[in-house]
Amino acid sequence: MEDMKLIADHLVFQYDKSRSDARRALDDVSFVLHKGEFVGLIGHTGSGKSTLVQHLNALIRPDSGSIYYEGADIYEKDYDRKALRGKVGLVFQYPEYQLFEETVLSEVIYGPVNMGMDKKDAELAAYDAIRRVGLEEECIDQSPFDLSGGQKRRVAIASVLAMDPEILVLDEPTAGLDPAGRSELLEMIKELKEKEGITIVLVSHSMDDVAEAADRIIVMDKGRIIYDDVPVRVFEHINELEEMGLAAPQMSYLLRDLKKAGFPVNTDIITLKDAREEILKVLS
Amino acid sequence: MIRDITLGQYYQKDSLIHRLDPRTKLVGTLAYLVSLFIFTRPLVFALAAVFLILVLILSRVPFSYMLKGLKPILFILIFTLIINMLFTRGTVIFSWWKLNITIEGLKQAGSMGIRLVLLILGSNLMTLTTTPTRLTNAMEHLMRPLKLLRVPVHEIAMMMSIALRFIPILLEETDRIMKAQLARGADFESGNAIKKAKSFVPVLVPLFISAFRRANDLAMAMEARCYHGGKGRTQYKPLKYKGRDFAAYTVLILYIAAVVVLGKLC
Repeated sequence: MEDMKLIADHLVFQYDKSRSDARRALDDVSFVLHKGEFVGLIGHTGSGKSTLVQHLNALIRPDSGSIYYEGADIYEKDYDRKALRGKVGLVFQYPEYQLFEETVLSEVIYGPVNMGMDKKDAELAAYDAIRRVGLEEECIDQSPFDLSGGQKRRVAIASVLAMDPEILVLDEPTAGLDPAGRSELLEMIKELKEKEGITIVLVSHSMDDVAEAADRIIVMDKGRIIYDDVPVRVFEHINELEEMGLAAPQMSYLLRDLKKAGFPVNTDIITLKDAREEILKVLS
Repeated sequence: MIRDITLGQYYQKDSLIHRLDPRTKLVGTLAYLVSLFIFTRPLVFALAAVFLILVLILSRVPFSYMLKGLKPILFILIFTLIINMLFTRGTVIFSWWKLNITIEGLKQAGSMGIRLVLLILGSNLMTLTTTPTRLTNAMEHLMRPLKLLRVPVHEIAMMMSIALRFIPILLEETDRIMKAQLARGADFESGNAIKKAKSFVPVLVPLFISAFRRANDLAMAMEARCYHGGKGRTQYKPLKYKGRDFAAYTVLILYIAAVVVLGKLC
């Protein structure tokens, strides 16, 4: 197929190799990422989602199985993994803790320069990336350490975005942010997908974070993929999700309870906006 | 990558040796190490080896796991053996060019090698069966007399246990930061030494910042719980000698006596 970007093929990975009885962090994980998709990767702490995303740009080598990016096996001996990391941009959890430069500008050009861009192009890319993550241009000469927590995180995301990735993987990007910062960041990520067609993989343990934006949700538990489907279909399994320590979005619960109480509402709705319209419609 | 390094390598198991008071193990290990260096008779080494094997069996730590501990010193071991073999004067039994191998040299190399192996295995056995916290706890107890000389014993012990506690955390942090910078196209392997050293700046700066942040948080947390140093401080799990510790000390004294007898008489 033309639009296939990345294929994960039967990945198996175990951290503690000295003990064969230790649980596998990844246990036979396979999926296909298509171009321009917005995928939510959901799982409880320790479900293997962070381990999985570190495979996507070859930071970890699986014990067996492989990953194909645009048809090429990324674990081949001669494969250019550095270039891959520019194309599959990975933003780690709490990325503000990886900042090290004196100014925001030099922080953001670190990635593109590593990718072999010359300084001028890298600076242009940096300005562009800073604008795309919604930072003021004035902050570009400031020290990243003088910025607020939310701004630091944007700088870190910009430093990955400046490499011009085709797939952007974000590991718990909203962790530790206040509600306003959270929705702003999610909005920004959604725009990257909608305006620029960047493929997004958003890792989270909160369904509400991904319910609205994701085209598709992958649910992981104990190193395995349990569900891989459109959000509405995944949220049908409320009970199973709860058993895994997850939950469906708040709206699913509300509408389900309304239906139980005798209101003829559509329970497939997951976003606040749609829920409001549906409830108003039923009430009028 | 960096995960493979083990420090303070405690091996979780429930055994007689694990349950011994850490002070017993510390004193025992020190006495054992000293016993290795008083005499050079083969019989003493044999006794020391038998003693170690018995303790090892009691500790239920797999032998293969113990041998792993020898890996890092393999180079030093071989180096010592060769030096001792070649540069000891005595009756020459084999000679080539300017190098002479003597009977005395072989003996010296042999006893040095056995000593080193027993020394490492003996001290490894202690760290494998005792958690770092209990070990520093034991040190604090054993160093108590130094308080009379105004040595801040409690503070030293506290610093040691905090340092030990943070080693795995900082290793994990290093691993994380390295990966994060790799994801931004960092390259830690190619280039000459200077370029390589420079490539670690993006790892070291965040690492130091995070270490200071953690130190700050920890100091704050300790203060919030009214920590004020060693004076009048009680312990959650006070060290207490039990029957098995007296038994262990008895065995230890018997062992030392046997070593002295073997060393002097035979």
